[in-house]
Amino acid sequence: MDNALQKTPEPIPEVAVLPRAPELVAAAPVIDLDGLSVTFGGRPILRELRGELRGRAIGLLGPSGAGKTTLMHTLLGFHSPSSGTAHIFGRDIRSDAKQIRTQIGYMPERDSFIANMSCVHFVRLMAELSGLPSEAALERAHEALFYVGLGEARYRKVGTYSLGMKQLAKLAQAIVHGPRLIFLDEPTNGLDPPARQRMIELIRQIRDSGKAHILLSSHLLRDVEECCEEILILKEGRLVVYCNLEEERKANKKFLMLETRGDQKTFAASLSTLGCEYAVTGEHRLKVILQEGTEIRDLYRLASAAEMQIRRLTFKRDSLEDIFLKAMENGHGGS
Amino acid sequence: MAVLERTYKRYEGRLSPEWSRFLIIPRHAYVDVFRSKLFTAFFALSFLYPLLCSILIYLHHNSNILGIKGLNVQQLLPIDASFFKFYVVFQGITGFFLMMLVGPQQVSRDLTNNGLPLYLCRPFSRSEYVVGKMSIVIILLSAITWAPGLLLFLFQGYLEGWSWFAENIWMASAIFIGSLTWILVLALLSQTISAWVRWRVAARAALLGIFFIPTAFAEIVNEVFLTRWGHILDLRALFANVWAGLFGLFVRQTGEFQEVRNGRVIREVIMNEPPLWASWFALFLICALCLWLLSRKVKAYEVVK
Repeated sequence: MDNALQKTPEPIPEVAVLPRAPELVAAAPVIDLDGLSVTFGGRPILRELRGELRGRAIGLLGPSGAGKTTLMHTLLGFHSPSSGTAHIFGRDIRSDAKQIRTQIGYMPERDSFIANMSCVHFVRLMAELSGLPSEAALERAHEALFYVGLGEARYRKVGTYSLGMKQLAKLAQAIVHGPRLIFLDEPTNGLDPPARQRMIELIRQIRDSGKAHILLSSHLLRDVEECCEEILILKEGRLVVYCNLEEERKANKKFLMLETRGDQKTFAASLSTLGCEYAVTGEHRLKVILQEGTEIRDLYRLASAAEMQIRRLTFKRDSLEDIFLKAMENGHGGS
Repeated sequence: MAVLERTYKRYEGRLSPEWSRFLIIPRHAYVDVFRSKLFTAFFALSFLYPLLCSILIYLHHNSNILGIKGLNVQQLLPIDASFFKFYVVFQGITGFFLMMLVGPQQVSRDLTNNGLPLYLCRPFSRSEYVVGKMSIVIILLSAITWAPGLLLFLFQGYLEGWSWFAENIWMASAIFIGSLTWILVLALLSQTISAWVRWRVAARAALLGIFFIPTAFAEIVNEVFLTRWGHILDLRALFANVWAGLFGLFVRQTGEFQEVRNGRVIREVIMNEPPLWASWFALFLICALCLWLLSRKVKAYEVVK
């Protein structure tokens, strides 16, 4: 068993619920998925989704066709669940869809605009449809456009905008009525690096303002990693991973890669006395998971006692990519 | 709130009443529509005929003018059911051309750029969307059809006296119902065609076609099957019947066909016009079909098969 961890890690279960920050557990759920299933033409698209999402920014990941957009559309009331339901801020999507939509802003994935309208007129119209009186809608349309960086171009027709500007216009219409929850479907699609950076910056600003929750759907792991604190991974309509990224990062700090010279076997055996799990990955290589209360200097002490050198010591973190790939390998999607 | 305040903030102010939100759509549409000088001019011209009618009504009751000119306008053009029916027909046709300018682009522009999800992700339903889009045509056409029509009726009632008004009040309802039925059908047809035909020119052509092609088709049906029931397919004939019915002028015409060979009648067919209820029923079916077609297109998402 030299090449394997002494305690074999458990495979990721069908729905892997990973630890979350205690302060988030205390908060009321933003979205509560209660066995939500959606079927189109007899084909299940979302299957029995369960979970409580509480984070300020929740990332929705999954390969194409996993059901990310369908989940957003169902939460918006565009599709009726075939079974189960979901609650947003405690309201049932089956019975209170209209009330729920007053509190949601939605930025669709595809181009969505009215071409022969000036941007300020377009955003104002959307604000009015959300229930804002005409004057307030106009005022907030100007503010939203300045906020997203389209202030100078707000009187231009949306149809004449570049792709990046159209994305910003979509964001402006999603936030103009000041919603409590914002759905962003692939917000960085087709953006060049500076425009992408600008979009990510805006999303983070909204998140950090503490005045709105964000549900961000993307196939770009980097976007989610930069913006979100909670992630939800879908595969073939099933929820395969649901975790708190911050907690994951903290947990991963105790995962070490060691490069050694000398009597590795004695050193490895003595690691057990500290209660650490380890795996020998090569002649001079070890993977170690530190236990609570164990310090790195304890390792150096053991190495010294075993007359072994620690040439290199690195923290190995599970990146979001690792979590995602693991989920894709282990998640039991399909029927 | 300053424009330069660049932070995200929630909206905590009052909201507009839910029932009134469908009116946001026509309000914003009119901003675009009245930007066109052609449309504005045509809209203004649409009031010429009601103005002419009001002058005629005035002439009917001004004995001085009648005396000066030596004309007997009361006999020349009586103010009766036919007068108001002609008003409804004339303004209805004017309204049709007005609708041709406004209607065809209303839904298509939202569908072309995938704008519908932005409407429907808000507290705004599909039916509110359809009613909002229809009310663009309904409000405009009401302004040139039944609204001035009822004013003319009131004007005539005022000049003629209470007894005329009481006796002919049914004409007011005929003006209102006749015009509104026409407007509703036009609004539904224009929105349906707008949803299915995205190219504006083609949509206008389709609207014209709906009023003229079935007329020819109906005549073919009548000739081939020796009937008059083909008129049930003709939108213009349907409205002619409905309007005549509302103004008490509907006569179920009967035609006769005789096939004569060697001086002997070998076949005789009596051809009756469809009854009035059949015209109303056909209009109802057309409206139901339009609503069904609209419901297939007005969705927040596209169905990919």
